[in-house]
Amino acid sequence: MKSAAFTEAGPSAEPAPAKTGTLIYRQSAWTRLTHWIWAIALFFLLLSGLQIFNAHPALYIGNQSGFAFDNSVLKFSAENTPSGPRGYTEILGHRFDTTGVLGLSGPADNLEDRAFPAWATIPSFQDLATGRVIHFFFAWVLSATLLLWLVGSLVNGHIRRDLLPRGKDFRQLPRDIGDHARLRFHHTGRYNTLQKFSYGIVLFILLPLMILTGLAMSPSMDTVIPFLTDVLGGRQTARTIHFTVMALLVLFFVVHIVMVLAAGPVNELRSIITGWYRTDPADEDRKT
Amino acid sequence: MAAFRINRRSFLTSAALGVSGIALSGCDAFDPVSDTDSRVRHVLERANDLTYRVQRLLGGRDSLVQEYTEADIRQPQRPNGVTSPDDDYYKGLLANNFADWRLEVTGLVENPLSLSRDQLMAMPSRTQITRHDCVEGWSCIAKWTGVQLSRVLDEAKVKPQAHYVMFYCLDTIEHGEDGPIKYYGSVDMIDARHPQTILAYGLNGGPLPVENGAPLRVRVERQLGYKMPKYLRGIELVSGFGDIGDGRGGYWEDRGYDWYAGI
Repeated sequence: MKSAAFTEAGPSAEPAPAKTGTLIYRQSAWTRLTHWIWAIALFFLLLSGLQIFNAHPALYIGNQSGFAFDNSVLKFSAENTPSGPRGYTEILGHRFDTTGVLGLSGPADNLEDRAFPAWATIPSFQDLATGRVIHFFFAWVLSATLLLWLVGSLVNGHIRRDLLPRGKDFRQLPRDIGDHARLRFHHTGRYNTLQKFSYGIVLFILLPLMILTGLAMSPSMDTVIPFLTDVLGGRQTARTIHFTVMALLVLFFVVHIVMVLAAGPVNELRSIITGWYRTDPADEDRKT
Repeated sequence: MAAFRINRRSFLTSAALGVSGIALSGCDAFDPVSDTDSRVRHVLERANDLTYRVQRLLGGRDSLVQEYTEADIRQPQRPNGVTSPDDDYYKGLLANNFADWRLEVTGLVENPLSLSRDQLMAMPSRTQITRHDCVEGWSCIAKWTGVQLSRVLDEAKVKPQAHYVMFYCLDTIEHGEDGPIKYYGSVDMIDARHPQTILAYGLNGGPLPVENGAPLRVRVERQLGYKMPKYLRGIELVSGFGDIGDGRGGYWEDRGYDWYAGI
């Protein structure tokens, strides 16, 4: 199956019907499988991660959390005010009223003092122990499949062939940005420049950084790779980076879904489930 | 080609469907995993065994945590859990400055011990400036002084059948249906004999304050705070902890927390 990755039927194999384009086998079983494993793992990692974060909803810079001094960069809190309880988000000293979502949320008759609301955490109620059990299970799933994928994709050429940006990709970058901005998509057998960049950033930077900052928070790993915590700026900085990368991954997810919907959800979903993808008819391609 | 060209209405419709799908996915669908008897949870909990094995493999017996300098001590050690035991027995000991307090070392040992604080302080001491990592996510750097647990274990002559060290505490952490529950916990023999595992009686150059566990608390530096019981009363060497509490090795462990807290 691996060798079948991105095997194009080729527009020249038979003349493509003018209206529908050609179905090509675009995504290997390996790519599809890891995509969905990561999708499930990241879903649980995000919601259990927010549960863990809620146990101490503040982020700091350095090795320790300042209680007698202030080194916090983000803080969620709830306060009683003359107009009733309010929830606040404090970023780098700037405070915002985020009642209802961050700091204070829940049904009007049962408002809860919690950083992220019940719909954003697993379990929905405060349960750090369960959040940790879920988080570390899927952390292993993500780490193991990412490592397998990396080795497998280096061996079968997926990274070099499909993800590595080439000179052409850089030259096409301005045009590709313009096309995306106008939601004008070209359906071919290859990833476009922005796809290569965004998938590359997620797979080679964000996910590895997530794993490394996670390990840097472990007191036991601190004995094995102490330089990692130092390089990342201390345990609490590592925690802050872990949280920031989470936000970037959520941003990637949102853009990813918007692009799938905009580019044709049926075709895009079919290719990541069955591998088959319909390309633009050749004549349409020339017009755009 | 019409199928692939952007139709504003269909785009907005599918976007709305997508967003509502995401919103629905949060909710409480996974709450049953909270039940410590849940079969799904038992599968997920196996990840903790894997973490334990891999971290033991990587760290070995004696890998040391980073030790910091005096300059890194920037605040008092933040207390957590019970900070002022309400037990009459404890208050009595405190009133007498722990002169009547003893640490009992029992279980699978050749030579059971009953040690006073003076006796513990007369043993060779170790002072270490380390980072305390709480399971909640915060960290605090402090200087701890105490006797290595391994020295106490050597004096008690641990029998080979012993696989875990149980810690029993003086503080009532919860008033359960069957009466008060006092804090308890356990570590394996590797962490018990780790060079930085100490029974601490001093903090930041002074005696250990009540809020941090006076007269004696455990420091298990390769793990999180809940593995370091305060207000220590006794140490028992056991071959297993299945019959202690709910059988998961500690107060928090019996309430769903992983037994191994190296991450």
